[in-house]
Amino acid sequence: MLKRVNAKETGPVIAAVRVADAAFPAPFRSGLEYSSPARGTWNIVHTGMLIPEAHEIFVCAAGCLRGVVLTAAEMGTTDRFSTVAVRENNLLDGDMEELVIEGVSDIIRKLPKRPPAVLVYTSCVHHFAGCDLDMIYARLRERFPDIDFTDCYMNPIMRKSGLTPDQLMRSRLYMLLHEREIDPEAVAIIGNDLPTRENSDLMKLLKRTGRKVHEITSCRNYAEYQEMAESAFYISYNADAAPGGDMLSARLGGKHHYTKFSFNYDEIDDEFAKLADVLGVPGFSPEEIKALRADCDKALEDTLSLVGDTEITIDYTFCPRPLGLARMLLSHGFNVTRVYVDGIPGADKPDFEYLRENHPDLMLYPTVHSSMRFAASENAVPERDTVLAIGQKAAYFDNTNHFVNVVEGGGMLGYDAVLHTLELIREAYSEEKCMRELVQVKGLGCDVCLR
Amino acid sequence: MKQTARIISTYSADAFGVCSALFELGGMTVMHDASGCNSTYTTHDEPRWFDMDSMVYISGISEIEAIMGDDEKLIDDIVDAASNLKPAFIAVCGTPIPMMTGFDFKAVAEVIEMRTGIPAFGFPTSGMKTYIDGASMALAGIAERLVDDVATEDVARPLGMILKAGGGNTPAMFEKVRVNILGLTPLDFSVNGSDASISSWLEENNYEVISKWAMGSSLDELRLAGRADANLVVSAAGLGAAEVLYKRFGIPYVIGLPIGDDQKQMIMDALNDVAFESRAVRHSEHADERVGTQSIEILSDLADAVEYEYDLSAGAAVNNSGTDVVIIGEGITSLALAAAIEFETGRLTKVLCATECPEYILRSCDRLTPDEDDIIPELDGANVIIADPMYKPICPESAKFISLPTEAFSGRIYRKAIPDLIKEPEVILSQL
Repeated sequence: MLKRVNAKETGPVIAAVRVADAAFPAPFRSGLEYSSPARGTWNIVHTGMLIPEAHEIFVCAAGCLRGVVLTAAEMGTTDRFSTVAVRENNLLDGDMEELVIEGVSDIIRKLPKRPPAVLVYTSCVHHFAGCDLDMIYARLRERFPDIDFTDCYMNPIMRKSGLTPDQLMRSRLYMLLHEREIDPEAVAIIGNDLPTRENSDLMKLLKRTGRKVHEITSCRNYAEYQEMAESAFYISYNADAAPGGDMLSARLGGKHHYTKFSFNYDEIDDEFAKLADVLGVPGFSPEEIKALRADCDKALEDTLSLVGDTEITIDYTFCPRPLGLARMLLSHGFNVTRVYVDGIPGADKPDFEYLRENHPDLMLYPTVHSSMRFAASENAVPERDTVLAIGQKAAYFDNTNHFVNVVEGGGMLGYDAVLHTLELIREAYSEEKCMRELVQVKGLGCDVCLR
Repeated sequence: MKQTARIISTYSADAFGVCSALFELGGMTVMHDASGCNSTYTTHDEPRWFDMDSMVYISGISEIEAIMGDDEKLIDDIVDAASNLKPAFIAVCGTPIPMMTGFDFKAVAEVIEMRTGIPAFGFPTSGMKTYIDGASMALAGIAERLVDDVATEDVARPLGMILKAGGGNTPAMFEKVRVNILGLTPLDFSVNGSDASISSWLEENNYEVISKWAMGSSLDELRLAGRADANLVVSAAGLGAAEVLYKRFGIPYVIGLPIGDDQKQMIMDALNDVAFESRAVRHSEHADERVGTQSIEILSDLADAVEYEYDLSAGAAVNNSGTDVVIIGEGITSLALAAAIEFETGRLTKVLCATECPEYILRSCDRLTPDEDDIIPELDGANVIIADPMYKPICPESAKFISLPTEAFSGRIYRKAIPDLIKEPEVILSQL
């Protein structure tokens, strides 16, 4: 369902739908896709660079290489990145396997220093040409026995079937781990691009029980990365990392547990109780939980008294539960008017139902619908100058410099997510940022890879 | 090994060239792609994305649609979007998967046009060539279909009634030579005012700029391109349109970029010469039949009558005795810079052209070098290398490196350092 939200008589109709009228999980018709200038989310180049000292080699057509080679350049890692261009003659001649093997070999031989690991990214054309990837990797391992190879993929044509490229990439991050003796006290947090915040409930729980915590974002070299394999537990809290966690568990023997990200007090308690049970450690006590809830309630009150009825918009790039955040804020009196979300995450279904029932006029906007090309200019009107956006895409579409500049949950989890988000809202209300400059930077926080 | 790049970048691809060339014309361009092309183009290849509401999209083709040959989904999506967005035209271009599946661009464009009533183009890009190929194809498409036919009286005035621009032995007051500038995209000219510098230079020298393909002109201005006396092709992206406009209207073209005073004068002389010649032919006794037609007779007449190519190598010495200054980049821009260097400093140059470029405009010392391994041996012995900074890691340390960034290679990374060579060639020349 489309709604005319622009006052002008002419011009495109911007897609939008009241939450009460929205379908789950796809509120908008799939069609041509627009790409906004907000680029802070990570891509497969950024994520692959989390493996210290690893070298990435992409084997694709020039058009596909263009985005990834410049991603690497912008993040300052061209020395860890190379390419092999697939051309039309390779498809016609049927020498795709040879091109990968010889191309990757050629690059490795030219590198000034032999990398401990090479991530080879093949693409949609290999998939469609029926390339024998197993043979390719077997050959490469024979030729370079001192290098760990793993198969990575840039095959977006598969994003609507099976594991998504993002899920696949997160699973590949740990495929290079070698089996080693398990340390029952060691825990690895897996699947995040950004480091888990020290203040997060997860870190607090692990640290106070004396667990040794591994996380890829803090590994300074390949040897430290390998130490992750000693973990008795693999904890993920990014839903896209969960399939990789299961694979890791099956391969190395540690136990994988997925903890759901949430802004709902009861859900947080439930998730951490389950986690404590899995880890075999005492969870947060009722007194601690009571204190944490009181802190959150106070932060909500303080924040509301500061921002008042300021219009707030949210987008899905900020965290995995955009509707959960909208629910928390609306149920505490905040004036949330829009959520930018192309599809509703499964975990958000209870929040979606709640919002339909209790805040039916909340508007859902897509981010990729073709009409969104014109949303930012439609919103460039004085009456929307004061909008406070949570997330880069919301900031762009709403043309505001008052925004929370965080992607992918920013390493928050548990009650810390509530407290820190509110802190960021207060900061965004009080201080302006240069939205135009900040949102166009790729891979927010990817300097963690520069080691 | 060919096709590998240990460390250098990759040129913007053909599909992005289509998008870039059509960006300002009010159309809707759809890359038939699963995902990734849109964000790549809009992030790295399109500096106008934040400020101009141009309609560039991907189709989001899925595995099952590709396997089943489901073109109907794409057509429906385009028709649906077009009914809301009302573009002036629709262009569909391709990426590797449509190329592999044998997607019929022409047929799909025809169906879209039939259903929407909006002119539609199918540009069979594959994502495997450079932006030059795509941009040239797109501008040629516009020239073929959207440039208006011209009335005879608009182009067939008597010989001698044109003000010969740039000085010379011409009458003091008559009409100006009318010029289209072909091949302008930010991929070669960024958004630093280089495009405006070219048109300003022409206007300051008494030319009338009819249209700029395609920065700074609307589609309505491009529609008038048939009225021009000559075309100035400033990058290889303009060659396709130049050839079409020559075939359709007999407009001759000059290939070159006005870098440096001597070269500017040469280009003006060439424009004047071809403009006079073309007017002469158009005003011949068969003018009524010739203008606006595509007859073979006209083509051969014009080819005989008009020296329609300006040979950049004419004023430049050929380097047979070793490499002094090596320039890496797009063909016409690099050749123009080479000519300026040789005119202004007398130093010998060699151009390594990494994008599509007709070999006939290269000199014997120049090379087409699409791959890193083609380039490296050509740099041996160079005293100076002028190239995008992303080439620097493969350049010998013994050579002086002069940075000349281009959006087509390094995207937005060095945008602020891209010079306007038309206005300030000394930015490069002073470093030699």
